[in-house]
Amino acid sequence: MSESLKLLLKIIMTSVLVNNYVLNKFLGICPFLGVSKKFDQASGMGIAVIFVMLLATAVTWPIQHFLLDRFELGYLQTIVFILVIAALVQFVEIALKKYIPALHKSLGVYLPLITTNCAVLGVTINNITDGYNFLQSMVSSLGVGLGFLLAMVLFAGVRGRMEEADPPKAFRGVPITLVAASIVSLAFYGFGGIISGIFGE
Amino acid sequence: MSPILLAIIAVTAIGLICALILAVASHFMSVPVNEKEAAVRECLPGANCGACGFTGCDGYAHALANVPGTKTNLCVPGADAVSKQISEVMGVDFEDVIEQVAFVHCHGDCVNNRDKEEYQGIESCAAANMLYGGRGRCSNGCMGFGDCRKVCPHGAICIENRIAHIDTRKCVGCGLCAKACPNHLITLFPDVRRVVVTCSNHDKGAVVRRKCSNGCIACGKCARNCPAEAITIVDNLAVIDYDKCINCGTCEANCPVHAIKFADFSGKHRFSN
Repeated sequence: MSESLKLLLKIIMTSVLVNNYVLNKFLGICPFLGVSKKFDQASGMGIAVIFVMLLATAVTWPIQHFLLDRFELGYLQTIVFILVIAALVQFVEIALKKYIPALHKSLGVYLPLITTNCAVLGVTINNITDGYNFLQSMVSSLGVGLGFLLAMVLFAGVRGRMEEADPPKAFRGVPITLVAASIVSLAFYGFGGIISGIFGE
Repeated sequence: MSPILLAIIAVTAIGLICALILAVASHFMSVPVNEKEAAVRECLPGANCGACGFTGCDGYAHALANVPGTKTNLCVPGADAVSKQISEVMGVDFEDVIEQVAFVHCHGDCVNNRDKEEYQGIESCAAANMLYGGRGRCSNGCMGFGDCRKVCPHGAICIENRIAHIDTRKCVGCGLCAKACPNHLITLFPDVRRVVVTCSNHDKGAVVRRKCSNGCIACGKCARNCPAEAITIVDNLAVIDYDKCINCGTCEANCPVHAIKFADFSGKHRFSN
């Protein structure tokens, strides 16, 4: 396996399992807790997040490298990224509504929710901080999105089981959800050594 | 150029470009919103119950505005008032809503349907039903944990002697309880009929008799005596065809186990035995 392909694989594995944005970095908790009640909603949200993360990275990486770095405006990164991502998602929503109504129908409700989601902003900024090139950034975004989808789907399953459970009154609702989320998060720590195990470092 | 000025210019320029793109996009790619649809949606109660047969109020409004021939009287919770409003918006003649009510087809309370097990689990019919089909001897009957009561948005259901009763004065016919009942005991029918079969057990007569003193034993007396031939025995259970029923009450008088009753639908049956 060539060295660069191996690196891409490593990036994707790391961002899905080890550095899962929701369960390890605690970014994007709002949709994680809010939209994970039903399986189909959770998977719809996850796919929308993958879509937006890829788009956002494709736009913000060139902005960082050809605009901000060139004019030494690196400190404007956060504000410019928020501006661009918000405008981009709005634009995509309008375009989808016009040209691909079916896709808009399935993703439409989730798009406005994640315009300035911290997981989306986080992945674009972390791609820059980690010094990835364009291809690596895109792969990293895909991995983070897949990790988000995985976390959402897993947690939707956990919440489905919790519906049947009968916790003490004080724990019902949000408290038991947070406890369950932390247990799922703990479970993901089990993936800690998997990357060095597979790639032998 | 000073760095501050450069930063201001850069952010302003990016903002302006984004705004310009969005403005152009919203102008050229705008999808015309159907005004009629929005107006119809305003009339609907927004309960999203699905009684109309569409996916929520938005779905019904969409169908009304875009599919010709969609009836205006499908909204059961909204009843005549909503139908009238929709007719005005659509410019068609007003149609009367046939109001529906829900009824629990079981009267095996704790006297009639004795327990076969002592259930101590979660207070939910769905959960109890998973454990040997509920605590009562009759596994088709009402378990009385009130899953229907929990989903009823209008508080029309009460549990008396472990049997759910539905108060038609409060029931709007949305059918949420019918979906919640794990034994499918609840059905909806037009609010003009007054005679009901209060059993849902499909076992043979002798088996039913051992389980519950109220159960339909499928003797067929009601079917033979019905002047309108509205009753048939399907799978050892009397079934009334409400399209044919003339509400005469012959079946109620003839039923040897009093499984067919005249109900006043106000939560308690009018017992004739």
